[in-house]
Amino acid sequence: MLEHYLSLVTKAVFVENMALAFFLGMCSFLACSKKVETALGLGGAVIFVLAVTTPLNQFLNETFLQEGSLAVFGLPGVELGFLRYLVLIGTIAATVQIVEMAIDRYSPSLYIALGVFLPLIAVNCAILGASLFMAQRDYSLGEATVFGLGSGLGWALAIAALAAIREKLRYSNVPPPLRGLGATFIIVGLMSVGFMAFSGIQL
Amino acid sequence: MAAVDREALLDPLFNNNPIALQVLGICSALAVTTKMSTSLVMSLAVIFVLLGSNVAVSLIRNHVPSSIRIIVELTIIASLVIVTDQILQAYVFDISKELTVFVGLIITNCIIMGRAEAFAMQNSARSSVMDALGNGFGYAIVLLAVAFMRELFGSGKLFGYTILNPVTEGGWYQPNGLMTLAPAAFFLIGGFIWVVRSWKPEQVEEEFHVGALLELGNEGGLR
Repeated sequence: MLEHYLSLVTKAVFVENMALAFFLGMCSFLACSKKVETALGLGGAVIFVLAVTTPLNQFLNETFLQEGSLAVFGLPGVELGFLRYLVLIGTIAATVQIVEMAIDRYSPSLYIALGVFLPLIAVNCAILGASLFMAQRDYSLGEATVFGLGSGLGWALAIAALAAIREKLRYSNVPPPLRGLGATFIIVGLMSVGFMAFSGIQL
Repeated sequence: MAAVDREALLDPLFNNNPIALQVLGICSALAVTTKMSTSLVMSLAVIFVLLGSNVAVSLIRNHVPSSIRIIVELTIIASLVIVTDQILQAYVFDISKELTVFVGLIITNCIIMGRAEAFAMQNSARSSVMDALGNGFGYAIVLLAVAFMRELFGSGKLFGYTILNPVTEGGWYQPNGLMTLAPAAFFLIGGFIWVVRSWKPEQVEEEFHVGALLELGNEGGLR
């Protein structure tokens, strides 16, 4: 059982890295990776939100949205699967809002560190992507928690690494048209090649 | 056509391209571009959702309190994506299967949210239509250009028709396997940006290597 979870985490962090293998959360991945400090803050917020929303969405998906799940409530003929996107994104937006208010109330220092990133995260595709993959692959509640946590760790790892490279790159003489976004794309491509070396790893 | 409308329509094609300059909507641009057919369907889906959301947001912009506008925008976008998803499943089921979760991810495609926030919230419905079309086509141009290279050189085909006859089928072309893999998309978009910015030098980012020394330390926060 533990091995299964461990394998799921390894897969989510390295093999199926949200940013480098599925290109999810790319907008903030590219825009907020100029400094390692900022990148770590955003990475931390993403890990946190993913670890909370993925299991929550798993619960809602299994209880209300899956085929035949409403039979428990005496409604065997009703199917709400078409509302899936609306429910998933609604949960994410609401969770992010609640998390933001809770952090603001109980840990002002954490709020200053993560606060600015939280609204951005509601529309980060890595969060919705994890929930959609979770629904598609029929994960159980435990698997969903582990998968959410692993995906977040992988995304944070990737953005921290990219920010570190970009900080070094500021001292190099890049051809003018490639400066900034162009060079970043090519670096991310090279990182993605690097992460392909992990494919096939299993515990 | 008024000058504002024309600018809203034409500007995003190359001068202010959503992918190459605004850094919006990149996730799907990379993930669905292994084939022309999936990119075309994806572009059409994004244009449809963008058009719908820009018009809807623009029409209600004076009636929504700004504190709940993000939730309202997300609900509008999510509803439009559900409609799109159902239509794709009904009429092009195979392609819809290939797009997997990326149809659902149109909801969080930053182009749609970004244009709703940045343009539709301030402008009339008419200008918003132009803005949606312009940004939608700007997105489609990049998507189709990347998919063209990836499908042609990765498998020797375009829209599934063989153009360069591959060795495996008795032809002469040795397909470049890297093109069908994830990193190729990054390299191609990086190259696309290089080409566009060489052509339009005013888009070059001033991240100069000597000036960088001065900026260090005072450049925090978000762009």
